[in-house]
Amino acid sequence: MSATKKNTLKLKFDSSRNLAPAPESKSVAKIADRYDLFINGKFEKPSSKKYFDTINPATEEKLSVVAEANAADVNNAVAAARTAYEKQWKKTAPKERAKYIYRIARLIQEHARELAVIETLDGGKPIRESRDFDVPTAANHFFYYAGWADKLDYAFPNRNPQPLGVAGQIIPWNFPLLMAAWKIAPALATGNTVVLKPAETTSLTALKLAEIIQEADLPPGVVNIITGAGTTGAALVNHPDINKIAFTGSTEVGKMIQKAIAGTNKKATLELGGKAANIIFEDAPLDQAVEGIINGIFFNQGHVCCAGSRLLVQESVYKIVLQKLKDRMETLIVGDPMDKNTDIGAINSKQQLDVINKYLKIGQQEGAEMFQINCNIPKKGFFCRPTIFTNVAQSNRIAQEEIFGPVLAIQTFRTEDEAIEKANNTPFGLSAGVWTNKGSKMFNMTSKLKAGVIWANTYNKFDPVSPFGGYKESGFGREGGLHGLGAYLKV
Amino acid sequence: MVIPDFSKTSFIDQLGIEERAAGFTKRSLKEHSKLNGLLLALNMIDLTTLEGKDTEGKVRQLCYKAMHLHDAYPDLPTVAAICVYPSMVGVAKKALGDAGIKVASVATAFPSGQSSLKIKKEDTKLALQQGADEIDMVISRGKFHQGEYQFVFDEIAAIKEICGTARLKVILETGELGNYDKVRRASDIAMYAGADFIKTSTGKIQPAATMPVTLVMLEAIRDFYYKTGKKIAMKPAGGISKAKQALHYLVMLNEVLGEDWMNNEWFRFGASSLANDILMQLMKQKTGLYQSADYFSID
Repeated sequence: MSATKKNTLKLKFDSSRNLAPAPESKSVAKIADRYDLFINGKFEKPSSKKYFDTINPATEEKLSVVAEANAADVNNAVAAARTAYEKQWKKTAPKERAKYIYRIARLIQEHARELAVIETLDGGKPIRESRDFDVPTAANHFFYYAGWADKLDYAFPNRNPQPLGVAGQIIPWNFPLLMAAWKIAPALATGNTVVLKPAETTSLTALKLAEIIQEADLPPGVVNIITGAGTTGAALVNHPDINKIAFTGSTEVGKMIQKAIAGTNKKATLELGGKAANIIFEDAPLDQAVEGIINGIFFNQGHVCCAGSRLLVQESVYKIVLQKLKDRMETLIVGDPMDKNTDIGAINSKQQLDVINKYLKIGQQEGAEMFQINCNIPKKGFFCRPTIFTNVAQSNRIAQEEIFGPVLAIQTFRTEDEAIEKANNTPFGLSAGVWTNKGSKMFNMTSKLKAGVIWANTYNKFDPVSPFGGYKESGFGREGGLHGLGAYLKV
Repeated sequence: MVIPDFSKTSFIDQLGIEERAAGFTKRSLKEHSKLNGLLLALNMIDLTTLEGKDTEGKVRQLCYKAMHLHDAYPDLPTVAAICVYPSMVGVAKKALGDAGIKVASVATAFPSGQSSLKIKKEDTKLALQQGADEIDMVISRGKFHQGEYQFVFDEIAAIKEICGTARLKVILETGELGNYDKVRRASDIAMYAGADFIKTSTGKIQPAATMPVTLVMLEAIRDFYYKTGKKIAMKPAGGISKAKQALHYLVMLNEVLGEDWMNNEWFRFGASSLANDILMQLMKQKTGLYQSADYFSID
């Protein structure tokens, strides 16, 4: 077999995209025409009198309008949370708190289908992901922290753990319901009250969660959910009666928050950006590693702070990994997020699509070689083809900056030391992945990589039991597990 | 062709391969995708009877069934082949006539393979003399576990040599191999030794075919194709009795090897009861109603 003949071999995957449509029904999703602010157990009109549109990024159609909270609304929400904390919640027996949290978890399960559909309509992620990942994992967080509520003395023996008070929580648009669960569940378990602000493009499932919280009979004011954009968030961060800020979002905003609360007594946890290295050695299970690459960068359109957006492949298997990766990418189905077969849905917003497209240009200008799969994408809505860049230098912006989209920068390495050096050569430190069949190499790598979460022969696995958080510019503090309790307690 | 060192074949991560295999079952086939899938699966079946109690009459009945799957549904495809013991090949060949359905015969001291190469060759020759179009041989699992890969390789190559134009299916009996790494290694040995098909199981050992095992073998076929340019066919056998399972396998095939493998030259289901479940689903697609199993003949 001559070398030239070999290069022409190519498997054909076009037919995998010609599946008949298999759309999930929208009929379970009850979306109101208008959503007000959830303050003190009731939906209240905003004193700003302003509402903003929330759209379906896959169709650009308006789904509803959502209230914009101004400083006065934020003040009302914080006051409600403070009153609920002082008058009731901090005096509520821990085992009673657990019952409420458990009830919320059960109600999330009961409403699972509706929540999944709304998550997909409002945010653009594939229904398969919201159905199989976001909603069940959100319920699991409430179940997990319900169990801790009356066991805090065992979690922190002889430390007399006490709640902080009122927590201001600001969450991003990539996992709207799940991030709300990550924030609210540990705060309630530890006896704090909450003012939560979802991202402005994805408010709906948080507001549905507010309805669930009403249904669960949680005392008024224990959880308040206010909607709005950056100024609303800033008013929450700067409110003097907040004891704790929990923020998940961009490093840029994280830095602003840290400056804003400097000199105050506010505690903070920040879960920020990332530029994780997914490192593949020649002795790795290569086909499973390729799945890990796909899952690492294309899960949720790459809108994942811990996405494996840098691929480091050992030089000796670079060609074969690249071939397997390209073949695998050809089978990805990009399109209508409501279709049960869709692997890659819509980019969350026009703004984010512009950011991604800017980086696609930058990558090409920097001399990297771009590969995209040859698939059709819908004309309406915000979509981006899965993209990989090869010939990437460590100094390229596409290798340094968080793109937050389905864009992978691929580099090679020769030795373990080089892999560690390259992986750590970033301002971020949220996550990493290592793929090798050799245990000693795995332990060597995981002990030297500067990242809060390191996955061994897998990627993007989450569990309420496991703490999550970053080093360096990826933030500080941990969410999930025992560590997630500590972030809401005086110990 | 350079023969690789089989002790160094690729590693498989158990959790990873099982997660990936489960992923294919999330695909939802509707309308024409479902209909085409069902018809294709039917056309890929090696309708099988491998019982000590088989008689000529039983085999003739099976052959009639193969040619007339369900006359109430016009223009149905036939199954791909009938799979029987060597002693029944002549009967099947005669019963099928020129219907275009192949006759596959198990051979080489099926299902255990516990005999000498001489006997295995004679067994194969008997099947070929009776007119078998395809030979389903078993590998020597004991020797394989002892690390005697050359022995296993040579045996396959020897049987291949006498097969002539008949296509050789090599049964790995994955239920006896113990882990995915070994499935991959046995697949590589079989392909380099001259297998036209690699096949999971005899159907006599549990577990028989599973999706993760089949996925390991499909990936081995893909890697072999890229290395050598030679296409190898795949046959999962045993344990696939429902139409929905068959569709999951086809989704997997389509996304691992692509459309060139989506026909019965390159993929088969070894099954005895799958056909009737597919027929039931096809009638459901046509009429909108599930019919009683008694409307489908059980030959």
